Amino acid sequence: MCLGIPMQVVEIDGDIGYVESGGVKRKVGLMLLEDVKVGDWVIVHAGFAIEKIDPEEAIGTLELIREGAGRLDIPEGQKGGDS
Amino acid sequence: MNPYRDPEKFRELALQLSQFDAGRRIRLMEVCGTHTMNIRRFGIHNLLPPGVELLSGPGCPVCVSDNSYIDQAIELTKFDDVIVVTFGDMVRVPGSYESLESARSAGGDVRVVYSPLDALEIARENPDKKVVFLAVGFETTVPTISATILRAEDLGIGNFYVLPGHKLIIPALEALLSGDNEIDGFILPGHVSAVIGVEVYREVLERHKVPGVVTGFEPVDILMGILMLLNAIKDGRFLLGNEYSRVVLNEGNRKALELIWRVFEPEDTPWRGLGVIPMSGLKLRDEFSHRDIRSVVHIEPPPPREHPGCRCGDVLQGKIKPDECPLFDTVCTPDNPVGPCMVSSEGSCHAYFKYR
Repeated sequence: MCLGIPMQVVEIDGDIGYVESGGVKRKVGLMLLEDVKVGDWVIVHAGFAIEKIDPEEAIGTLELIREGAGRLDIPEGQKGGDS
Repeated sequence: MNPYRDPEKFRELALQLSQFDAGRRIRLMEVCGTHTMNIRRFGIHNLLPPGVELLSGPGCPVCVSDNSYIDQAIELTKFDDVIVVTFGDMVRVPGSYESLESARSAGGDVRVVYSPLDALEIARENPDKKVVFLAVGFETTVPTISATILRAEDLGIGNFYVLPGHKLIIPALEALLSGDNEIDGFILPGHVSAVIGVEVYREVLERHKVPGVVTGFEPVDILMGILMLLNAIKDGRFLLGNEYSRVVLNEGNRKALELIWRVFEPEDTPWRGLGVIPMSGLKLRDEFSHRDIRSVVHIEPPPPREHPGCRCGDVLQGKIKPDECPLFDTVCTPDNPVGPCMVSSEGSCHAYFKYR
């Protein structure tokens, strides 16, 4: 039920936007996000974009996985978004 | 191709996992229905090394909804001027006496939507009806309901209501860890955490000395989350990790959190299997209480009862696995489900049945 689908924002009209993935276009509420732009990738849940996907973080996680460390600890106090 | 589905990376991590030397029994619990489903779908349960077990916790909102909630929804279908609108998962869930599906066959107006915004649209198109959305789900879903209620206010759509049935994950973790469950680590839910963040888990997990890793939903994500947990547990380290940092920020989604707390406030609420958990549910704030359908329609469902023999409650706490329930695959199947864990596509019993 907390299923979320990554989709790309293709159009914005105030609080409402259109997102697309694999040829599927969908109308979504953008009320939960700040500073969302056309071209951003977002997670779509129940007809709303609930969070943006950070492309640099996606690459960062993959690099850590490649190193095979299996250890992505967040030291206390450090921002998850910065690691 | 999505790199988190890369078969080569998956094989690499799968090998790491199957060769992991636990040295003792380690029990990890996932508390998100999508994890439950994907672990089975990708066959990850077959890759576990000796000693490591995966348990499915109370991660399916439909499953953890107490019978009394479904009974109230069914009562609502008996009013001629009420349209009940719901996510699809809810329709076949048996209440104490019947399901919304059977209530619909009996003439109730029950409609399935993908988004609460669709329910608002139904309200606009049916000004002479009271349109009530069944507001179930964890923190991922709550801000979508908040935003819809605020939009109803803005647009002056007075006939849109909700039946609040939301659940909060942190009080549930507290209840699980305070019980007699043996849980060594949590695979924390990716999209709930997208809203509430990572840091918010620290207090409860650190106090119980149980590590947790916020984990994404692709095959590579799930293997990675499990390996992070196993390594920490083996080393005796506490860990609060974030494998899903491409979506989840440490502080969560501030705007979504603001929306939750602008519209709702916590209250004690009953969970299937876990009983009443303090401050684990949400009610509308006074300012929005006129959007609770119970403020305009008086419903009095018959006393709730449990399905005889169904052990969904024990399954939801990880006390038994679905196939340990005597009803599993005997009288209880996805076609003829006895309890909600078999009905919901994200229920543990359904996942066990579908992917053996």
